Amino acid sequence: MHLVYPAVLAALLFCTGLYGVLARRNAILVLMSVELMLNAVNLNLVAFDVWLRDTLHAGQALTLFTIAIAAAEIGIGLAIVLLVYRNRGTADIDRLRDLHEDAPGPDAGHGDREEKAEAAA
Amino acid sequence: MTTTTTAVLVPLLPFLGAAAGLLLGRRAPGFVRPLAVLPTLAAAVLAVVVAWRQGGGEPLDAARRLTPTGSVPIDLALHLDGFAVLVAVLVGVVATCVQLYSTAYLRDDPRYPSYAALVSLFTSAMLLVVYSGDLMVLLVGWEIMGICSYFLVGHYWETEAARSASLKAFLVTKLGDVPFLIGILALAADAGTFRINGILSAVASGSIGHPTLIALLLLAGVAGKSAQFPLHTWLPDAMAGPTPVSALIHAATMVAAGVYFVARLLPVFTASSAALVVLAVMAAVTMVGSALAALAQDDIKRVLAYSTVGQLGYMTGALAVGDRDAAVFHLITHGAFKALLFLGAGVIIHAAGTNSLGAMARMGGLAKRIPDAYWTMTVALLALAAIPPFSGFFSKEAVLGAAEHATGGDAHGIPHAAGWTVLVAGLLTALLTAGYATRLWLRAFHGKGPEAPDHGRQPTAMNAVLWVLFLPTLGLGLAAWKLPDWFDGNSLTPTLTTSVLGTGCALAGAAVTYAAWRRTAPLAARAPLGAVAADPDAAPYISEEETIATHVAAYGNIAGAHDPSDPGRLLLGPLHRHAVAGFHLDAVYSALFVRPVRAAAGLVRFLDREVVDAYVRGAAGAPRLLGAAVRRAQTGNVQTYLSALLAGSVVLAVAAVLVATGA
Repeated sequence: MHLVYPAVLAALLFCTGLYGVLARRNAILVLMSVELMLNAVNLNLVAFDVWLRDTLHAGQALTLFTIAIAAAEIGIGLAIVLLVYRNRGTADIDRLRDLHEDAPGPDAGHGDREEKAEAAA
Repeated sequence: MTTTTTAVLVPLLPFLGAAAGLLLGRRAPGFVRPLAVLPTLAAAVLAVVVAWRQGGGEPLDAARRLTPTGSVPIDLALHLDGFAVLVAVLVGVVATCVQLYSTAYLRDDPRYPSYAALVSLFTSAMLLVVYSGDLMVLLVGWEIMGICSYFLVGHYWETEAARSASLKAFLVTKLGDVPFLIGILALAADAGTFRINGILSAVASGSIGHPTLIALLLLAGVAGKSAQFPLHTWLPDAMAGPTPVSALIHAATMVAAGVYFVARLLPVFTASSAALVVLAVMAAVTMVGSALAALAQDDIKRVLAYSTVGQLGYMTGALAVGDRDAAVFHLITHGAFKALLFLGAGVIIHAAGTNSLGAMARMGGLAKRIPDAYWTMTVALLALAAIPPFSGFFSKEAVLGAAEHATGGDAHGIPHAAGWTVLVAGLLTALLTAGYATRLWLRAFHGKGPEAPDHGRQPTAMNAVLWVLFLPTLGLGLAAWKLPDWFDGNSLTPTLTTSVLGTGCALAGAAVTYAAWRRTAPLAARAPLGAVAADPDAAPYISEEETIATHVAAYGNIAGAHDPSDPGRLLLGPLHRHAVAGFHLDAVYSALFVRPVRAAAGLVRFLDREVVDAYVRGAAGAPRLLGAAVRRAQTGNVQTYLSALLAGSVVLAVAAVLVATGA
């Protein structure tokens, strides 16, 4: 099989995942898109490993690592999303803007710190 | 114990006492008083033993190399001659008296432990100066005295006057100490040693390159320490310290250190007749000016302070005519009677509740309230005015006799001009001294008006000390016949001409002042004046602190009072206004030094705030503005960040590819 098929497939998968990460609003779908991107990478690793006829099969070994890490990552990610949903009643990424520059909550301490820094100067 | 060991113990004991007092002061308050009095007393006794053993014979010298500096070595050297041992006895006795007096005077003072330790440290430093045979070691004692004086003048630091007085004392004496240090280094560089003996033999062999320059540099330090014109201005202000401190430091010992230093190094000064003439003019201006100022002061301690300046002028006058015997003789008698006068003034201030002569003159029967102070101070004032047969008469006659000796050209290498200057100024000052002594006595003890408040008897420790000092005040004059054996052998006995002239001047001054007082005293009733301390029954130091703090408010001026009944006002006429202000020397200093320094400080402040700080503020402000702009990008939406990250990565990747392909 020519290398171009898995490479194009991987690129399509990656772009789909990228689109999902950048454009989806639901956090779970964002996580799924991340998985898509990871798997696109896995596909590339395996394909190039075969194409290069690597005797140590470093690509395949790395793929196993990536799968394990992806599993752990999705576990933690889902747990976080669940907790966020439980606390806020939504898992909508657009509405989780607490680190926004002018957000009222965490920013209150921010102004104080600046004043203190000025006084010290 | 050998004499040398004993002599080493004399400065060491008060030093150890001071260290122990500072360490134990808080933890063991019961030990503070013994630790203050006993080491000083022991030092005084040992000083007497040293004097007894030395006996005015050959000088004893002992030295141990302290620092091999590579060029001029520094030695821990003792030089015990007649001058050193006798001055040490004076220092020991006066310091013991002052420590005893302080136990009563500052009895409830929470800062007494540090006060007593500083007085002990001061005593030790003075004894070091007296015994030292090495100029560097002498300088160490000299500077320790300076810093102790700063702390002790500022003892009542709650009072504005005391704070500024302590700073002034420190700065003015340092102004003299800088040239003094340069002078010592120049002298040692020429002589190749810091040892006084070595320097004196170098002077004798004529190997000192610039005697006039060195003598003048040293004179600056002496003028600062011994309160000679034009560096005397700190001494009257230093009266804002506690009375025992004034007695010890600003009358009997520290101010005498300058005179003693010149006496030790007299050949260096006599090697240059220009230096002697400068010394004589300095002494003459100091004597006459301070006596005039003393006649106008209202604060009893300031009268005594100006009188100290004047008497120190007599001593420098004696040195200017090359007679150190007379100078040290006057130093010793003056130390005794001036300490007595100051300690007596402390009793008066406590009993009267004020330090203002104007207020005392409106108070009847003060003499009856404090008979001990009355009688001892009367004798001390007679000694100050040089009335025979009290001690001051003999020592002042010795000074005048030496000056008269110099006018005839009998003294070798002493310019006639110096002799005449000292003699004329000395006689004029004798007149004025008797005048202000009489004024002080009449106004303090012979006031008319309501009875003085009765606060019971003064503490025994204070009265007893007065009587102890009374003895040398009364009898030390007789030493005139013995002292030449201890000193250089110049005759100290009074000669007929100067005795008659000096005593005549003194009697005339007293009589004129008495006549003026008879005329002005009745005016007292018409101009009510006076404020007394709020806590008359507390420890004496509280009365003094209150009266120092309130003098400006009550009398309008730290030095004078608007009092038409003051005989000094009648005697001085239009001069009175200027004499109160010490002939405006402070204003001159303020124009010459204070204002330029303030202007320079203002300029530095402007440069710092407006120029340097502008760059600093700019360096912080620009990044802050930039940060505010960048913060606008923080929308809180993770996907925006990621989009930006992606765009950046793409740009980088494209750039990397373009670079790699060489496009």
